[in-house]
Amino acid sequence: MNRIGTLMRREFRGYFATPVAYVFIVIFLFLAGIFTFYVGNFYERNQADLEPFFRYLPWLYMLLIPAISMRLWSEERKSGTIELLMTLPVSLADAVLGKFLAAWLFTALALALTFPLWLTVNYLGDPDNTVIAAGYLGSLLMAGGFLAIGSCVSALTRNQVIAFVISFVICFAFNLSGFPIVLDFFRAWAPAVIVDTISSFSFLTHATSIQKGVIDLRDIVFFTSLIGFFLYANMLAIDARKSS
Amino acid sequence: MENLIEVSDLHKRFGSLVAVDGVSMKVARGEVLGFLGPNGAGKSTTMKMITGFLAPDSGSVRISGQELGANPIAAKSRIGYLPEGAPAYGEMTPATFLDFIGDIRGLAPASKQARIREVVAKIHLEGVLHQTIETLSKGFKRRVGLAQAILHDPEILIMDEPTDGLDPNQKHEVRQLIREMSPHKAIIISTHILEEVDAVCTRAVIIAKGKLLFSGTPPELAARSAFHNAVTLSVPAAMVDAVEKSLRAMPGVAGLEQGVGSDDHLRLTVLPKSGETLFPRIRQAADDAGWPVREMFVEGGRLDEVFRSITTSTAASAGGHRS
Ligand SMILES: Nc1ncnc2c1ncn2[C@@H]1O[C@H](COP(=O)(O)OP(=O)(O)OP(=O)(O)O)[C@@H](O)[C@H]1O
Ligand SMILES: [Mg+2]
Repeated sequence: MNRIGTLMRREFRGYFATPVAYVFIVIFLFLAGIFTFYVGNFYERNQADLEPFFRYLPWLYMLLIPAISMRLWSEERKSGTIELLMTLPVSLADAVLGKFLAAWLFTALALALTFPLWLTVNYLGDPDNTVIAAGYLGSLLMAGGFLAIGSCVSALTRNQVIAFVISFVICFAFNLSGFPIVLDFFRAWAPAVIVDTISSFSFLTHATSIQKGVIDLRDIVFFTSLIGFFLYANMLAIDARKSS
Repeated sequence: MENLIEVSDLHKRFGSLVAVDGVSMKVARGEVLGFLGPNGAGKSTTMKMITGFLAPDSGSVRISGQELGANPIAAKSRIGYLPEGAPAYGEMTPATFLDFIGDIRGLAPASKQARIREVVAKIHLEGVLHQTIETLSKGFKRRVGLAQAILHDPEILIMDEPTDGLDPNQKHEVRQLIREMSPHKAIIISTHILEEVDAVCTRAVIIAKGKLLFSGTPPELAARSAFHNAVTLSVPAAMVDAVEKSLRAMPGVAGLEQGVGSDDHLRLTVLPKSGETLFPRIRQAADDAGWPVREMFVEGGRLDEVFRSITTSTAASAGGHRS
């Protein structure tokens, strides 16, 4: 536990040692604002809630989270520090978890910095703050899911650009699989089981219900098991490819 | 003696390339093993297996009597390791990096600070403590790697080319450091600098193409040299032909090499037939003939020449590297 904490702190500070953290946070907040107020028609809707913000967040994450996760393991492999890390007295699970948690904490920080949006709706109206809290929880879980995917992918390559692109594509697929257009396309010819399976893997489906304030255990289980699955795959990927 | 490192019959392939092919060795507390071999011989790969970074295809590694695979974390906490190229997190400074290593190694906060100060002083990192590692010169990066490896005062120390990139003063200091630490530790260093073997190692191991070709003390290694017990003398250039002629005729002489000298003198190295001692005979001849010999000494053996002959012999190349 101690070692996971040490690894996490090192990784977390690493984000702030380079401009990555600041660039990410600024772009994230900027785009979150644009999506909420302009694309999401925040004012025209005349409703005091953060629905537009949460609606566009999966798409924002799809683009930005791979940018955080791409360096997690590719950088270790590229610079050779993976050899240092793996010969320190830490287990592979500790290392994977420590890095993942650092990245997750970082996205949580970025998410928390959207609090002016929350202040705004509370100033303008009288929103249901439990729904908003649920929305934040759902978003955080979703961020964890995207990050686990990205972390796993970054263990497969020493090239950060490749890690970014592949993570982006996978995240895109996980988002799309709940999109009505995509589901309709499958519905036209595939049996319902397949359509339901595809839809059940969608981040949108699971996140949307949480964001509406409905905290369903199944959605939480979905995200936590998805994170568990990809982090486990992450460990296997490191073991298989650390030397090459 | 207490063997802290026991490696037996290690094998490792990368695809069709056999990188390590049946290497065995033991290192006891108090020993410094010099690990030699040409580029691509498999030194780093062997070290990666001993430190638990790579899993061998077959063979076993025992650390302090315990199978490495049985409890890798316990084994790793006993080992200090300087990987090839001294990788470190570039965005950190030596201060934050060593602090991180201390935490991961489980040093208590108070002793960690004391230990960091001690190691920083030993390795002379004071001047660069707060500069990011990626901006350090190559030699300083190597020193940060060294500091990291010895921070927890491990009983087993494995260093892949520890003096590569250091200036002569630093090389000297690092060797001194290794000597100081050696009574309490089992140490393996790989190196391409043969004088280093003489300077710090109690034993030398040579591998080529993954196969172990020699294991013995540095004097034993030197004794394999054609120059072992050779006599080198310098005489005025004008007399070289005459001296050479009478030396060649001397019993027990296997050959003669001319080297460069200085101000009108030339160096001649007389190689003995195996087991012969030439020095008294040559001194006698010089006295008798009245050669104005300026210097004359017995050679212990030339390590670079032995290294070359061991690693390029047919035995080494007949191994069939690829399969
Ligand atoms: N990850 C890898 N994948 C494929 N081949 C590898 C890998 N690591 C090492 N090799 C090969 O294994 C052989 C041994 O390499 P190794 O790094 O152990 O040599 P070395 O003795 O340390 O050489 P040097 O003196 O140049 O450091 C080389 O032919 C190398 O190309
Ligand atoms: Mg090497």
